[in-house]
Amino acid sequence: MPTEILSEITQSLVDGEPDITYELTHKALASGIEPMSIIREGLMPGMNIVGENFASGEFFLPDLIIAAEGMKKAMDVLEPELVARQQAIESPGTVVIGTVKGDIHEIGKTLVATMLSANGFKVYDLGVDVPTAVFLDKIKEVQANILGLSALLTTTMTMQREVIQALRDAGMRQTLRVMVGGAPVTRSWMNEIGADGYAEDAMGAVKVAKELMGIS
Amino acid sequence: MAFRPKLNVLGPDLVKKVFDESLALLIDPGVRVHNQEALRLLEGAGAKVDDGSQIARIPEVLVQQALTTAPSEFLLFDLSGRSVIHYGGDDVQYDPGSAGISILDRKSGKQRPPVTNDFVQFVKLVEMLPQIDAQSTAMVCLDVAEEIGDLYRLYLALNYMRKPIITGAFRIDTWWVMKELLVAVSGGEAELAAKPIAVFDVCPSPPLLWSDLTCQNLIDCAKAGIPAELVSMPLSGATSPVTLAAAVVQHTAESLSGIVIHQLARTGAPIVWGGSPAAFDMREGTTPMGAAETWLIDAAYVQMGKWLNLPTHVYMGMSDAKIVDVQCGLESMGGALMAALIGANMVSGAGMFDFETCLSPEKLVIDAEIIGLSKRVVFGVEQREDPIALDLMREVGHRGDYLAHPHTRKWFRKELYFPSEVIDRGSYDAWVQKGEKDAFERASERVDILLQKYEPPSLPRETRLELLKITQRAAQKFEMLELPQLPE
Repeated sequence: MPTEILSEITQSLVDGEPDITYELTHKALASGIEPMSIIREGLMPGMNIVGENFASGEFFLPDLIIAAEGMKKAMDVLEPELVARQQAIESPGTVVIGTVKGDIHEIGKTLVATMLSANGFKVYDLGVDVPTAVFLDKIKEVQANILGLSALLTTTMTMQREVIQALRDAGMRQTLRVMVGGAPVTRSWMNEIGADGYAEDAMGAVKVAKELMGIS
Repeated sequence: MAFRPKLNVLGPDLVKKVFDESLALLIDPGVRVHNQEALRLLEGAGAKVDDGSQIARIPEVLVQQALTTAPSEFLLFDLSGRSVIHYGGDDVQYDPGSAGISILDRKSGKQRPPVTNDFVQFVKLVEMLPQIDAQSTAMVCLDVAEEIGDLYRLYLALNYMRKPIITGAFRIDTWWVMKELLVAVSGGEAELAAKPIAVFDVCPSPPLLWSDLTCQNLIDCAKAGIPAELVSMPLSGATSPVTLAAAVVQHTAESLSGIVIHQLARTGAPIVWGGSPAAFDMREGTTPMGAAETWLIDAAYVQMGKWLNLPTHVYMGMSDAKIVDVQCGLESMGGALMAALIGANMVSGAGMFDFETCLSPEKLVIDAEIIGLSKRVVFGVEQREDPIALDLMREVGHRGDYLAHPHTRKWFRKELYFPSEVIDRGSYDAWVQKGEKDAFERASERVDILLQKYEPPSLPRETRLELLKITQRAAQKFEMLELPQLPE
């Protein structure tokens, strides 16, 4: 029975049925399965399959997003239980992410945020048109390891440089890794403005974030 | 069902005029038929036959009668007995070009004559490409006696294929061997007629002439109930008049004569209104497949075929380029898309270029994407939901987050055609990271992957032996004592 419900949880993520994932997570807890087992043996295998199917071309962006939604719904149930047991999931890191000031493009940034959180990162998504000061405040508040800066316009990507400068000025650059992304952003731009990470797509961003945290 | 995007190139008055003139041509100057059985059939039915000149003058009544009895549609079956191809209506299906005499060598990039293994690999690729609906006896292998060139292709294909096949005979006697091969796979003559797995191309010679060979093939197909595909090929300005409308008149007359002979041989036998015309190139003296005028003649005769309520076929989606380059891609796309828009039931040409002579596995894989796009275009725009968008757009309002909406997930797979990695839609950086490969290199990698994934069909051992025996017997007749080993 326990292994059966865990594989049902896995399957519900792959099928893209967040409501079923949510129900099954409740059911699993009620039947006495440890929250940590639900994560390690139910949810994570599901997210791994989704990731593999995306890489092989069988799955597409909407499939990733719905699976991430199922993951989030399940974690909302499980997190209080973990706290009650004085346990914590090993998060690969804490990320503050947002689209820079003057730019209101959301999709790419949200996709990266979704994929990072589906992969265990603690993600604070500040939305779009985010003033530099707001980034800095949030980073301090949550002691972020990574800052993700999105810009979709050639006119706003210069803001990425400004935010990095502001981090240096505030003495926060040493402990913080900065990832940049968005349609006009390239690897050479990353190097030019002194950022640490860049990827072509959301799945690549997860890989880069893990590398930046020293996890392969 | 969505409204189907459809292209017509002839006005209604012109359709009628083309038909009337072609009927008149069948009486004067008539059709030259170098085949005794056909001449006797025509004479017996009331055509005026002159045995000296072998010219038959076919009255309209015979044409009208044949048009009533020729079926407007039929099905083709795969080797497991499933109907997978519908000749009729506006259904569009694709198969590779046929009877190529060279292959673009995958290593040297040069053209050379094909051998057994080349064709076997090609058949495997066709099996692995879902966009391509049927096999064809795509190339003539150099490593067997020329006299069995036609049947040997069919023998090879039958050992590796599941999809139905478009084929053709080069001789009168080999047609019978090819039929024997098909019967061996189908399990009997009645079974083959009830569930046809192959179509035979039969080509009248322009203008208005039937050779003994093709005419006999046509009659033999009719009698056996094996579908025949008329391939009339006016070459405008060379073997037919230069004006496009006049080339279509010639095509119509030749094809109508074929249908009359075919239906006289056996009433109700399945037959396809096909062709492979070309607008003769006035500088090079060649037969361009990538010419707009070639496409227009194709479109016009398909429209005639539909007007006559017959299943249709074209040779489109090929190129006049000598390698798989930009010209090759643009000409292939133009023809293949146009073929879809005119609703030709079978479109032959995938994988073929250098007019109708050379085949390339890489081009086949690229053409599969062209076919995917073309099929998607004619699938059209469906309403999908009622109201179309009102409820959804009111719910979402001014947030642009459709990517995460269940509505997207519900429909995106049905709405979108997903190309393989042959088509690059990633970012520039991603492309650089993957090695800066062009479409041909990506296609070449896909060829390798698909060949690796190919699984042979579960043809019974006895059937394989039977196929081998039939082919060996034919080969020995032409002093070829040993056939090449079948590749893995």
